[in-house]
Amino acid sequence: MGTPSVLWSIANKCFTVGLITVTVSDRFASLVSVRGASMSPTFNPKTNTLLGSLSDDYVLVEKFCLKKYKFSHGDVIVFCSPYDHKEKHVKRIVGLPGEWVRTHYDVVKVPEGHCWVEGDNSASSMDSRSFGPVPLGLVNGRVTHILWPPHRVGSIDRKIIQHRVSPS
Amino acid sequence: MRQWRSIAKEAVARASIVVKFLCFLHVTDSYLLSFSHVLGPSMLPTLNITGDVVLVEHLSHRTGKVGSGDLVLVRSPLDPRKTLTKRIVAMEDDKVTFSLDPTRNYSSRSLVVPKGHVWIQGDNLYASRDSRHFGPVPYGLIQGKVFLRVSCAILIAFGFVGKIDLRYLYLLELVIEETC
Repeated sequence: MGTPSVLWSIANKCFTVGLITVTVSDRFASLVSVRGASMSPTFNPKTNTLLGSLSDDYVLVEKFCLKKYKFSHGDVIVFCSPYDHKEKHVKRIVGLPGEWVRTHYDVVKVPEGHCWVEGDNSASSMDSRSFGPVPLGLVNGRVTHILWPPHRVGSIDRKIIQHRVSPS
Repeated sequence: MRQWRSIAKEAVARASIVVKFLCFLHVTDSYLLSFSHVLGPSMLPTLNITGDVVLVEHLSHRTGKVGSGDLVLVRSPLDPRKTLTKRIVAMEDDKVTFSLDPTRNYSSRSLVVPKGHVWIQGDNLYASRDSRHFGPVPYGLIQGKVFLRVSCAILIAFGFVGKIDLRYLYLLELVIEETC
């Protein structure tokens, strides 16, 4: 007699919590784990301590930037890979639409509606140097804070690389 | 004191109902079905130049079930704040042959659509800015699949089929056949 109504209320609560979680993570902010060393030393720096190398960094990704799609140089963004929509990458914006970016052999113009992203660890990073400029529509959010591990909790600074970018 | 507490409790209960409803609306709108108003000449004769209200479903593109011939809503690669409505002509690894200027028959190019991208074109090749101009579009930019034009449903529901102009019947057939 009591069990179906208890089950129903539990299911109801789970459904509500699920709805609210999905809405908040789509519209406000979400938690993302960063894998790989392409953004060392900002995320996942190689450390010798046990705690440092135990788990990946967890970062806070804010979604307010998706209303106007206005980004600045040095923003760290999460975006879907142009070659596999199920994979997500975390990289830093180096070039905004309309700017010229200097790569190894060439100077590339970033087309309208796209951005040039690069990882902080240039040696081991798959970024715009391999797959070209990324359409801004693929961006999922902007990383603002590191939330784990506890000794590196803090906000992310905008790192602007000199002498790589010239304005339009 | 007790009165304030009960008022506060009731206010929180009412607010939580509103919050739940808004979250439900957001989830339905982003992950299930939504309405969209599309206009422009690039999809004539399938869609009207003056605007059509269409029903868009957001499940197919997440499960990878979107394919060639589907009408899709795509975030523009030139301006992420705009959404385009175009037809998928080719999926990844397909070969596409197209001409930038359909009024001249002798200029055409071919290319293979790269991995993870799709080739979109408007039905009205003479007045459409699509993959022929900005190249193949990453699959991640697809927002949803158009499967119903609301005006069709309303017309059928009210049984006005007998009174419609023959031109509208042709459009109805075209949309049903191309979206099935």
